[in-house]
Amino acid sequence: MAFINLKDKVIQAKIVYYGPGRCGKTTNLEYIYEKCRMQVNSEMVTVKTQGDRTLFFDFFPFDMGKIGGYDVKIQLYTVPGQVKYNSTRRLVLKGVDGVVFVADSAVERRNKNVLSLRNLEENLTLYNKNIREIPLVIQYNKRDLAKQGIEILDIETLEADLNTELKVPWFEASAVEGDNVVVTLKKIIYDTMASLEKQLKQE
Amino acid sequence: MILGQKQLDKIHDTLTENLIGSGVQSVMLIDTAGNVIASINSGNESIDLYSLAALAAANFGAMSCMARIVGEDEFSLLFHKGEKENIYFCKVNEELLLVNIFNNQISLGFLRLKMSKVVDELLSLLAA
Repeated sequence: MAFINLKDKVIQAKIVYYGPGRCGKTTNLEYIYEKCRMQVNSEMVTVKTQGDRTLFFDFFPFDMGKIGGYDVKIQLYTVPGQVKYNSTRRLVLKGVDGVVFVADSAVERRNKNVLSLRNLEENLTLYNKNIREIPLVIQYNKRDLAKQGIEILDIETLEADLNTELKVPWFEASAVEGDNVVVTLKKIIYDTMASLEKQLKQE
Repeated sequence: MILGQKQLDKIHDTLTENLIGSGVQSVMLIDTAGNVIASINSGNESIDLYSLAALAAANFGAMSCMARIVGEDEFSLLFHKGEKENIYFCKVNEELLLVNIFNNQISLGFLRLKMSKVVDELLSLLAA
């Protein structure tokens, strides 16, 4: 749930990067943090295990500047991808306004993508949110693996697995190389702001 | 959630009078999603409010889950003691939390007394 401060004219919205373990959610945020330092007036917060895996979340506020006279701050979060951390994933999803689902293109990760998307749907339902209604962008990450000789799923297969029913915007990406990371972010911010505007008009 | 200028001004006044006026260095009203609703700072100006709010909301959520696991509805006292600075979390309602940063010159008991008054005032302001 976004928060709108009419006194200071600030809008805060929450976008969460979701996906299976090791799919590149944190790498997405790290890339954005490095490349968009002008728009981030804060340190990146990471709560991780000793093995460098996300334990709770990564976070930083992304300053969009003024839109319609309001300062728009986008709170960017990742969730822990590992199956065992579902309770913390749920906590991070609380109040979410938009989701980027990061899918792993590696052939061996195919089933993990499907399970994680299903898990997203279940966890959104707990907050009375519908995966078919919330702003959602799918990012098919790790397309660069093919260059290293690792077999990756073709886009048709990924689309069939994950996006046949949802039909949401999607991008091929390589978070490690930065390909389409910012494009993905721009799209989810655009869709989230449009959705908030629509909700406000309805209220 | 949308709060208007009048409500935010009154929230600001309540927090300033009861908490900052009693020696609390920083107080933040946040929602359980980690958004900053109001913040007042009389001490350390360099505090990263947005990061603190995200972590505080997550911490509170984790504590609530732990409470349920051990059969409690919630833990009534959420307090972290440091060498110089301490943090006290207080639930206002299902959506809002107060985060207080204070030093050792204020006792936790005194702060808790103040807090119950503040919570009552905030609830009536939000209901108005």
